[in-house]
Amino acid sequence: MTAVTVAPSAPAQRPALGVRAAVTGLGVVAPGGIGVRTWWETTLRGEPVIAPVTRFDASGYPATLAGEVAGFVDEDHVPAKLLPQTDRVTRLSLAAAAEALGDAHLDPQSLPDYAMGVVTANSTGGFEFGQRELQALWSKGRRHVGAYQSFAWFYAANSGQISIRHGLRGPSGVVVSEQAGGLDAVAQARRRLRTGVCAVLTGGFDSALCPWGWTAQLAAGGMSTRGDADRAYLPFDADASGHVAGEGGALLVLEDADVAYARGATVLGTVEGCAATFDPAPGTGAPRLIAAARLALADARIDPADVDVVFADAAGERDADRAEAAALAELFGPYGVAVTAPKSLTGRLGSGGSALDLAAALCALREQVIPPTSGAVRVADDCPVDLVTGAPRPARLRHALVLARGRGGFNAATVVRGAS
Amino acid sequence: MERLELTVLADLLREAAGDDEGAVLDEGTLDTSFLDLGYDSLALLQVTGVIERDHDVLLDEEALAEAQTPRQYLDLVNGALAARAAA
Repeated sequence: MTAVTVAPSAPAQRPALGVRAAVTGLGVVAPGGIGVRTWWETTLRGEPVIAPVTRFDASGYPATLAGEVAGFVDEDHVPAKLLPQTDRVTRLSLAAAAEALGDAHLDPQSLPDYAMGVVTANSTGGFEFGQRELQALWSKGRRHVGAYQSFAWFYAANSGQISIRHGLRGPSGVVVSEQAGGLDAVAQARRRLRTGVCAVLTGGFDSALCPWGWTAQLAAGGMSTRGDADRAYLPFDADASGHVAGEGGALLVLEDADVAYARGATVLGTVEGCAATFDPAPGTGAPRLIAAARLALADARIDPADVDVVFADAAGERDADRAEAAALAELFGPYGVAVTAPKSLTGRLGSGGSALDLAAALCALREQVIPPTSGAVRVADDCPVDLVTGAPRPARLRHALVLARGRGGFNAATVVRGAS
Repeated sequence: MERLELTVLADLLREAAGDDEGAVLDEGTLDTSFLDLGYDSLALLQVTGVIERDHDVLLDEEALAEAQTPRQYLDLVNGALAARAAA
């Protein structure tokens, strides 16, 4: 995990022991919906949005399916001034940032200076922008590479542009830990609240749906090469063949709960526990996802029995699925807790994926309903999980556990609790 | 003689940095600072790269840092182009 500071940090000093981290706003740009409401409706319907790639001609590549954000009009979400200097992923995250702040009814300018920061996760940088500039470099020469390439491709560009646009000058940064990033960013944001910061905009975004980005993702491995959109990404199924890549993510406004209630904000839920571990475990080489889950539960001061739903990492690879199912069975007992993987409908969004799962968990807690995994999934006998498939399941939900594994050994777990 | 015209500079800046909120760059704003026109140093860096490339000229970095208005910037570029033509 790499942490890069992109803004000076000089938080106001306030006593911060016992700070609770409340989520007061959500912003989503994901396959299935631009905006929380549209995306959540699609998610609850269990509507598959994986489809053939349209952002470039993928017909010559082994993998031809993706979860794309459809119908995103840059000019509707991004000031014209920022268009020449932003990659697609930054534009998507700017749209989510505006939505999250609006949803929280929070005007950063109303806060003291340095009182609000932005910590986002991103794992691939701005591939599309970088590809364009590299093509200019090698086909036309160095003088055809623009000045904006100096930062527009960079992982921290999302945090930086959001910070500039909304005047978020508090402690800020970027977390790079692949799929685990969305959760790791929220954990870092929560630590910032404990240093006296009032609020942090946090979450994760990724988008690398261009030939260069596609090649990199193929080289990283794990992508399904099936052309049938219903059968390409089947986590926990005996017929699993890898995952489908997608783009998008979610951002959350995380606030000191006392500050949030004092200003009359609507609290969607609280982040109760965060943990991260790294594979392989020294000596045994065993996966440490379960250790992350245990540490997050301990951080939240709850027992496994207090968890009502798990949003699984759901790799879609047989070994990794079995390992996650075994961890869940050990922690909760075989078939011992409701498990879901809405990402089976959107594809894996990199660091945006775990942030989106967190957003889904918060919506689930609010509406007391578990969004479904793809109805095409038939749970394998060697994966003893109570997977919610095909249709949403109403349930009494107090706590949700969100799990994520990032390529390279990252494990992250987050416990969220509903507001009521 | 080769010259950079105001209208061309205005087009280059619009292309480099958008035109949604910057003030109009014309004869009336020749002495308004780029920052007040809505263009930061990166936008100017981008435009300078394009000018250097298209006119095959190298501009003095320190002089560029001093050129804070369209008039100063045009004088600098056209001075360099004239010097090259005279050489």
